[in-house]
Amino acid sequence: MDDHSPPPSRHLVMGFGDAANLPEADELPTESMPLNMGPSHPAMHGTVRMVLEVEGEKIRTVDVQIGYLHRCFEKEAENATWTQIFPYTDRLNYVSPMLCNVGYALAVEKLLGIDNKIPERAQFIRVIVGEISRITDHLTCLGASAMELAAFTVFFYLMKAREWLWELLEEVSGARLTHSYVRIGGVVADLTDDFCPKLRDVLRRCRGAISDADKLLTGNRIFRDRMDGIGIITREDAIGWGLTGPVGRSAGLAYDVRKDHPYLVYDRFDFDVPVGSKGDNFDRYAVRLEEMRQSMRILEQAMDRLPAGPVLIDDARVALPPKREVYNTIESMIAHFKLTMDGIVVPPGEIYSFTEGGNGELGFYIVSDGTGRPCKCRVRPPCFANTAVLNKILPGLFIADIVPTFGMINMIGGECDR
Amino acid sequence: MAKIILDRLAQHFVAGEILETGSQHGNEWARVTPAKWRTVAQFLRDDFTTALDMFIDLTCVDRLGRSPRFDVVLHLYSVDKKHRVRLLAGVPEDDPCIDSLVALWPGANWFEREAFDLYGVRFVGHPDLRRILMYPEFVGHPLRKDFPKEGRQPLLRRLPGSVD
Amino acid sequence: MPFSVYTSKLAQAVNWARKFSLFQYPFVTACCGMEFMATWAPKYDIARFGAELPRFSPRQADLLIVVGTITERQGPVLRRIYDQMCEPKWVIAYGVCASTGGFYQNYSAMPGADQVIPVDVYIPGCPPRPEQMLDALVLLQERIQKGEGHSQVVLRAERGYLAPDATVRPDGDAEKAQGR
Repeated sequence: MDDHSPPPSRHLVMGFGDAANLPEADELPTESMPLNMGPSHPAMHGTVRMVLEVEGEKIRTVDVQIGYLHRCFEKEAENATWTQIFPYTDRLNYVSPMLCNVGYALAVEKLLGIDNKIPERAQFIRVIVGEISRITDHLTCLGASAMELAAFTVFFYLMKAREWLWELLEEVSGARLTHSYVRIGGVVADLTDDFCPKLRDVLRRCRGAISDADKLLTGNRIFRDRMDGIGIITREDAIGWGLTGPVGRSAGLAYDVRKDHPYLVYDRFDFDVPVGSKGDNFDRYAVRLEEMRQSMRILEQAMDRLPAGPVLIDDARVALPPKREVYNTIESMIAHFKLTMDGIVVPPGEIYSFTEGGNGELGFYIVSDGTGRPCKCRVRPPCFANTAVLNKILPGLFIADIVPTFGMINMIGGECDR
Repeated sequence: MAKIILDRLAQHFVAGEILETGSQHGNEWARVTPAKWRTVAQFLRDDFTTALDMFIDLTCVDRLGRSPRFDVVLHLYSVDKKHRVRLLAGVPEDDPCIDSLVALWPGANWFEREAFDLYGVRFVGHPDLRRILMYPEFVGHPLRKDFPKEGRQPLLRRLPGSVD
Repeated sequence: MPFSVYTSKLAQAVNWARKFSLFQYPFVTACCGMEFMATWAPKYDIARFGAELPRFSPRQADLLIVVGTITERQGPVLRRIYDQMCEPKWVIAYGVCASTGGFYQNYSAMPGADQVIPVDVYIPGCPPRPEQMLDALVLLQERIQKGEGHSQVVLRAERGYLAPDATVRPDGDAEKAQGR
């Protein structure tokens, strides 16, 4: 040929954009491929199944299927006495179990009408262990997400910090993870004698571990490339989908139950609530990092002002009497027997009580019909709403973006599926 | 505290639509006739005084022995005014249908799917009403009071010799 | 030396290698996963026992650790993962939920992972302490050394190495276990 141009069937494609301009592009058959990110997957914390429809690496649609850890919290609660539900609440958000315990206890106490008679020391202790649980929640979230982005060192640093906190909670409650420490009317036992000095020491070391993780991640080019601008949630999304907690605050929705509707003794502490602006993955990471530091501020103030006194309400219809009295007086023995066999008698009524859980507004909607068992004990799970928004923000991202986005949403299977 | 919500409801709707209101333990609640479920919710969201723009929770309560048997319960919150309300609607057992609120709040999608899955209440107008917590082959609605707690429906044949 | 001495020494050597190089597949569902992560973390380092590397593909793993509650919905998934693993393979049920269902006796929680897969070592606890996991790992290693893990017994039965009246717990495919 005298024009020396390549024959039409052999166009050189120099860049990705050229492929769409080829005349054959309209006839090239393309179809999206269904891909299953199955329920057992290392990046699916716990068990979530995502049925993706992908075109190359880009996601077109996603169907997030939960329910692989449905352990029937509500059905079990309907068959248990009010105090027997505490172990079930531990296993809801199992990385911050004290917060679930406290939320449930507050709801039942309001229904009983004793929420203003809880001893002050018990309220301070609830705040202290709740904030420790919040720190362990964020440590686990950031550690696991960093591990999935191949930052193993950060995972080990944060797990080491979590171990220290768990040892402290083990001294207080007896268990590292599923404490069942809170009771209706207070907490089950007082703090150990050397708890406060040990907690101060642990907080000092935790600050070091968190700042190590911060230095490794926040300025890290690879980490920022994977997190910046990915998975953006707007403020309108947060309001329409009911997103609260770090996810909602990173989108610009400045709602924190501890500040807006203070409960226990949170109104006496001076702390800030970090609020993001862009609503991407990095904002969620930064909000959680800063929240840990603010929780440590609350802990220091709470330890300074911890009053002396009883830790359980002195009402035999609600709380077990002390063992010495049970063995020596007949009234306490009868009260102990009735409480153990029949459980607390809560008058008929219903209530929705909400606290700030690790992931957002943790609500307990409790309906009592006057028998010893709840008629309905519903948890309003914050990460149920947070996980639902994935159906909106994942389409358009790459498959590799699912990992940091899902990690930063912090879906806890026990809370989402209950 | 949130009495203003109940006052606005009383102003805007007639007594046949708002059946009952009350305030207990610091919660304000209003019982709505199910035919007006979506209208009332939309009013509460769009009205300037109530401004209940944030969706919090939607669930269902089974009151076995009472007619209507199911209560669909909605919790709403206002980010600006910081008040909240609970709306209830009684849904009968033989035809448990009520309007879907997905067009008003996209977050209601999964909560309504869960209420359908566990109680059997159908939400008219829901884009994708299917089971969410139980598997699709499951028969029945497990959180109803007449469903046994240990009513397992195994998907997989058990190994011989295993003890249930 | 008789041939059987070589094979038994070889079997011992192979089992020694197997027990100290377990590639685990952590089938993590629930709260026990947090304690499992803690076992993996620096303080209770499971790498000391050679079982550190998690292989997130069943094709590459030989130790399936069922961590957390198994629901009925998860049953077929668990069975499929178990079937995809190559023999010899071992299963540890970590936690009471994976062992017997725990205190979840309801319409959705399966009463133990051993309803659908055969389990070698059960670890009670809710959640078990990391020391229990390490103890179970040592127990499993002893079983592997003696060749008494379930999958090892089934393999020997298939190849005709077991006495005819030896009882083999069926693997779900009873014909495979009894056939020679």
